Amino acid sequence: MIINHPLLGPRDASEFTYLGDASLIDRPDWQAENASEAFYEYGYLRDNPAGEHQELWYHEAGDRSWLVVTRNTLTHEISKVELARDVARARGRSK
Amino acid sequence: MHDLVAITALGGTEPRVDTIGSVTCTEVPGVALASVASRMGKEGKSAKALAKLIDAPAPEVGRWAGASICAFWAGVDQWMLEASFDTHEDLADQAKKALGDAASVTEQTDGWTRFDLTGTGIPSVLELLCQLDLRKITDDSAARCAIHHIGCFVLCRTSESYSIYGPRSSAGSLHHAVMTAMRSAL
Repeated sequence: MIINHPLLGPRDASEFTYLGDASLIDRPDWQAENASEAFYEYGYLRDNPAGEHQELWYHEAGDRSWLVVTRNTLTHEISKVELARDVARARGRSK
Repeated sequence: MHDLVAITALGGTEPRVDTIGSVTCTEVPGVALASVASRMGKEGKSAKALAKLIDAPAPEVGRWAGASICAFWAGVDQWMLEASFDTHEDLADQAKKALGDAASVTEQTDGWTRFDLTGTGIPSVLELLCQLDLRKITDDSAARCAIHHIGCFVLCRTSESYSIYGPRSSAGSLHHAVMTAMRSAL
């Protein structure tokens, strides 16, 4: 499998490690009223889609960037690769 | 005063030099290193200050630049600085002075060990060692990759001169990997 790194171009999947669902970016507010419920969902509940799935990959044997990879779980086709920090910022994180 | 003997990463008192076929692998101990990581919102400022420090534009993705102090790209808005230890022992301090609060600077000297490959046919050695696309490598390329599961930087100075940086604590393993590849490729 080849992951097309947004900065470095196509790189072999063996250079990357997989973390999990990209929803891990959306860490809940620990000071919120419903924090314990939100963290339960954040920690344990995942969608398991048959189709497009956004996931976090780490370019361990490369520039050490975190990526959000959109991959089809049925075909393994990768349709989009973004820097995780760009995704997080687009969602209003890190200001 | 203790009478201590300085040793290189491979444990010798002199840098190790191995020549196999047309390629020479030299251990290079006399290097000062520092890492530079831009702080959030100050990426432009730190790139400018870095350019002033190395007297060349801050290297783009996968490149190196500079002369007496050389910087190579290590990640988004991050660089590693290298210079001769004899003249820049306080490289991290110099970098911190130049970059101020625009970036975080960390001393890296002796955290890494460097092997220089010189000669003809280096790509045939590197293609056994790492997964870099060697056809795309030019004289100003710097890339991070895994060599025998060791995270390394590979710098192309000219087509007949490359530098490999690996963690000092893995110097022996890295040297073994390079020797094995040189023996089978050359």
